[in-house]
Amino acid sequence: MTGPVPARSATSSDRLQRLLALVPYVVSRKVVGLTDTAAAFGVSERELVDDLNMLWCVELRAPDPYCPIDLSYEGGEIVVSQAEQMERPLRLGVDEASALLVALRMLAELGPVAPVPGLAEGSALSRTIAKLEEAAGEAGALSAQVAVQVDKNAEENVAAQVREALASRRRIHLSYYVPTRDEATERDVDPMRLLVVEGRTYLEGWCRSAEAVRLFRLDRVLGIEVLALPAEVPEEADPRDVDRGLFQPSPEDVRVVIELSPYGRWVAEYYPCEEVTDIGEGWLRVVLRTPDSEWVRRLALRLGEDGRVVEPAELAADVRREAAAALARYGSGAGHPSVPAGEVS
Amino acid sequence: MSKRKTERLLGLVVCLLSSQRYLTATQIRAAVPGYPDSFYAFKRMFERDKEELRELGIPLDTGTNGPLDEEIGYRIPRQEYVLPDIRLEPDEAAMLSLAARVWRQAELAGAAAGALLKLRAAGVEAAETSQPGIEPRLSGEAAFGPLWEAVRDHRPVAFSYRALGRSEPQRRQLEPWGVVNRHGRWYVAGHDQIRDAVRVFRLSRIEGPVTFSGQRGTVTVPPGTDVRELVAQMDTQPAEHQSAVLRVRAGTGFGLRRRATRERPDADGWDLVEVPFADPDWFAEHIASFGADVVVIEPTDLRDAVITRLKGVLA
Repeated sequence: MTGPVPARSATSSDRLQRLLALVPYVVSRKVVGLTDTAAAFGVSERELVDDLNMLWCVELRAPDPYCPIDLSYEGGEIVVSQAEQMERPLRLGVDEASALLVALRMLAELGPVAPVPGLAEGSALSRTIAKLEEAAGEAGALSAQVAVQVDKNAEENVAAQVREALASRRRIHLSYYVPTRDEATERDVDPMRLLVVEGRTYLEGWCRSAEAVRLFRLDRVLGIEVLALPAEVPEEADPRDVDRGLFQPSPEDVRVVIELSPYGRWVAEYYPCEEVTDIGEGWLRVVLRTPDSEWVRRLALRLGEDGRVVEPAELAADVRREAAAALARYGSGAGHPSVPAGEVS
Repeated sequence: MSKRKTERLLGLVVCLLSSQRYLTATQIRAAVPGYPDSFYAFKRMFERDKEELRELGIPLDTGTNGPLDEEIGYRIPRQEYVLPDIRLEPDEAAMLSLAARVWRQAELAGAAAGALLKLRAAGVEAAETSQPGIEPRLSGEAAFGPLWEAVRDHRPVAFSYRALGRSEPQRRQLEPWGVVNRHGRWYVAGHDQIRDAVRVFRLSRIEGPVTFSGQRGTVTVPPGTDVRELVAQMDTQPAEHQSAVLRVRAGTGFGLRRRATRERPDADGWDLVEVPFADPDWFAEHIASFGADVVVIEPTDLRDAVITRLKGVLA
């Protein structure tokens, strides 16, 4: 059979799976509260009661009619008194086993960059992987064909110091490279947590110079010192909602429009774009939001003929001025262009 | 799924799980409420129901109870149905919760949640680490779902792919061997049927839908294949075997000075900085990004490449 891959329906079999898990959930705990169970299954209490009623109503009519499941939920407490062969949950499917095993191995892979507490041999993480592999059986085998490799460019020393500061809740002094402005900055930071997103490791912390929550990529830390002062993360320091993306545009950001050649398209893959439009011949027009037009200037110089800043107009003019000034430094030699830069695959 | 269908399927699972013996379609129809009276309508519905159970991962066995049985029967072998016993300590359960969150923004989020649900049903208590201090996430990618299914089911796929620098996407037919996330980006590695060679593709450069181009079970992953290694080879940096001499304005070019092997002051507030590099194209782009603050003295081909970049801006 060939043809488009059918879209996965998220709900069609959810309820049956829930029903099959519900009985063992109660049986393994003997007595559970309605409220807690509804929360554990992510449904309302009303939906849960509907599920319980459906289970209780299961009837087999032959050879002799009987009801295999008996349960009650009086007084807000669920008790299963008879469950026939349903007191154990269904084994894990390939997708399910793989999802957890791949993620657990990714945590292990973080290794020296951001060790999860208890990563060492015989620790919680390796014990969990071993137990899950055993429980998953064959369903876990395929997870070897999905792998996650984390960027380990960050200095181990930096990661170790950040961990130490997090554990002892102390302030750190950072010497930090800001590539968009090409400068090294010095600042004191009260660490909040480590984030591993898009394969990179970040320290999230309260920056005392900016008086705001800031992210620091560990591979850009030039120097780090754990200070003898306690970290004081203020009440208003909200950790970022990582599920909404690390970098959320703010209303003050500049709206930048850039056109990209087929060789410049990587920009649309690397940076979050508000809009991406195909404008023919393999060219793209992208709209970005950034608080930092210096970053765009550097990007445009890097792109050369593979990118054109369209908006804002002042920025486009600025880029051209800078390119002309740079060319002038090469003197008359720049008047004779040689072969174009080689092709990138 | 309608309520009636859920009831019927639930009854079917309980019926087949409870029986040690193989039950014929007729026996099942008599035991499980909700099937239509017409035998043909029943057969059709029963076929769909069996497929539905298999998709949920419920093992369905067919066979007969003895040599004299003519009609084939069905049962769910309990041994294969149940999740083996698993007991997790609180710190282990916390690892599991952390692992499930990794997928929250990506395609296997539902599978991870489903797995957690079954493990909780097995008695594992949901536990959050008191202070994990770490939040890992994987990004999502539209092509991941179908490619993962193809890898799982050993099926070839076809898709349009636009390599960097191509103005038009090209059709590709691939026997996928594995999916790898490297430094935050998803790749698929496998055997390219048209080019008859091993190839790695970046998922973000796949355009349009990924379609299955062959049957399940028709892809064989060569023994000893390491998909991580295949993807890693693709972007391994060559050794920095060249060195450039750059004139850098004092107080600027910090990103270049970080990697310098030698720095000495030059006239008029400039420095001479020696920086090793591997890929001249990439390095020329990098130097161009510093604008008028950095000038290449040598080598000549690097100097020319930077000049070409800068002229491109003015083109």
